[in-house]
Amino acid sequence: MSETLAVTRIPLDDYAELLGAGEIEELRALAKPLRGRSIQMVNSTAVGGGVAEILMRLVPLAEELDLNIQWEVMSGGEDFFEVTKSFHNALHGAPYHARPRDFEIFLAYNERNRATLPLDAEFVVIHDPQPAGLIDARKPGSNHWVWRCHIDLSHPHRGVWDFLEAFVSRYDGAMFSSPEFSRQLPIPQYLFYPAIDPLSEKNCHLDPVFIAQILARYRIDPQRPILTQISRFDRLKDPVGVIRAYRIVKRYFDCQLVLAGGSASDDPEGAMVLKEVLREANDDPDIRVIELPAWAPLEVNALQRASTIVIQKSLREGFGLTVSEALWKKKPVVASAVGGIPIQIIHKHTGLLAHSVEGTAYQIRFLLSHPEIAAKLGENGHQHVKENFLITQKLKRYLTLFLTMANKP
Amino acid sequence: MNAAETPFEFVTVSYLTRIGNQSAGSPSELLTGLEHCSDASIFHHTYQTLGSHHFLTEGFSNDFAQWVLADTNRNDLAEQLAALDIRDYVSIAALRSDLCRVVRDFCEAFPHFAKQSALERFYFCESVEVTAPLGRSARTLDEFRDGIAHLSHAGFYFHFISSRLRLQLQTNDFSHWLSDGLGLQTLAESVNNIDIYTNTLDGSRAKLLRLIERERRKA
Repeated sequence: MSETLAVTRIPLDDYAELLGAGEIEELRALAKPLRGRSIQMVNSTAVGGGVAEILMRLVPLAEELDLNIQWEVMSGGEDFFEVTKSFHNALHGAPYHARPRDFEIFLAYNERNRATLPLDAEFVVIHDPQPAGLIDARKPGSNHWVWRCHIDLSHPHRGVWDFLEAFVSRYDGAMFSSPEFSRQLPIPQYLFYPAIDPLSEKNCHLDPVFIAQILARYRIDPQRPILTQISRFDRLKDPVGVIRAYRIVKRYFDCQLVLAGGSASDDPEGAMVLKEVLREANDDPDIRVIELPAWAPLEVNALQRASTIVIQKSLREGFGLTVSEALWKKKPVVASAVGGIPIQIIHKHTGLLAHSVEGTAYQIRFLLSHPEIAAKLGENGHQHVKENFLITQKLKRYLTLFLTMANKP
Repeated sequence: MNAAETPFEFVTVSYLTRIGNQSAGSPSELLTGLEHCSDASIFHHTYQTLGSHHFLTEGFSNDFAQWVLADTNRNDLAEQLAALDIRDYVSIAALRSDLCRVVRDFCEAFPHFAKQSALERFYFCESVEVTAPLGRSARTLDEFRDGIAHLSHAGFYFHFISSRLRLQLQTNDFSHWLSDGLGLQTLAESVNNIDIYTNTLDGSRAKLLRLIERERRKA
């Protein structure tokens, strides 16, 4: 059964200390003409995944601004979510054999949800492909519908995209995380970055004593440089490449490497990658491979804050919000120029980009040799995140979108 | 204290970035894009980007220069593009014309490099602007100082940087009002001389507040 989610209010003024009172005043000024107007956010899951995590924080902030906002979660059976997972992978470019039955399942669940979800708000925001077919519930000319796509559509499976495009083209607009991820569409397309919450457990300020405890728990030496990559054990995150880069750096600097990611126990491919990582680590006492619990925001926060340099050496990436998390903590970041990473890392301004194992190693060595440059990059990176990738900025973008749509004849 | 007849109304701005249909993979394609993109696109990659990267002071001027530097590795062209100062322009047409001239000159001088593929493509985007009054105004220098001190970055950017295009003058909202509203021409000029390329927005604001403070002490 589909559901309307109630979420806890967060005082918007709590953000003023970090962002300045002027920024909060600005949000209130932009929201004023939208007070009491109805908005619906619709996605396919209430917990888990980046979209739910963002809505969990965004919806209460919008309520703080007196917007009449509802978060609706569509319902679906196992068969529906199997199909949409295949669609998701296919849209990312993975091989997929399209079966007519898959499209029928997708359409049937969307039709069922159209009957149960109250899709009558002035602004309806549909997140990702799963509920894209809800557009059929739109009454002519009465409200504004936008589609927020959180995935990379640069190389989609033709059949799946053709099927989806028929729905997407009927929205008033579509939002993508990077221009590179978008498609040629007959509707306006907007740039909407994912966001982090500076007050969440993953990003909030931490007591140095707690950070020291985490380092002690994982036997990491706080006196020597710590290189860290936080990522699930996935070949596309290239953890083996990170170890190879570390080995080059190690010839010049007495450093440690931390590879920390969610547990691989319920993910067969993850378990295989973890084995490869441990084999490559070859019992090096200065390499810590840490399997974190599925939800360990404070540990992630502490490891990032304790790091000398944060690495994100992905071979392919969505947006890569772990980069913003590290930059928010003023950490110098060395990352691959893939997916949404170059949006966050402006080369030589907010971090350093690399294109290979050797390049990654070189940039790390450079930063370890020039701590003053590393500190400057970290400071700039923090400002970049503050300006572009915080939840409050995301809220501002939504307000701007709604105002733009409301003012359209 | 001197009070202006017409108050200064503080406003803020927010931009939505619209993804365009054009992209460039080499300097020659950048030239084609510059010739054909919308005015909103030129604005986005020059004026607006200066606001959204207000914390950078070393070597960041506009998106075109940054892309040429990072993705085509042509320092000479990047330097020429970065040297274009938006304070010299009161129209997008004039700025576009100079951007095109710089890239065209490079392409003619180095036809081989003009066609060389960039590491990443450049995507032309546009700014969609929404303004909102903050419900605060100033008639005196004290009220003006307080208003500026409380402005968000976007509000400060709107009055200090993008206002040049709105006013169609080589000045900004603050200087315009200080001169026209309060008759403080010298202060207005000093404010207009604050370098937005070598100062962050916060740094520019701090300088502006210091100039106002100095003026208040004179009174």
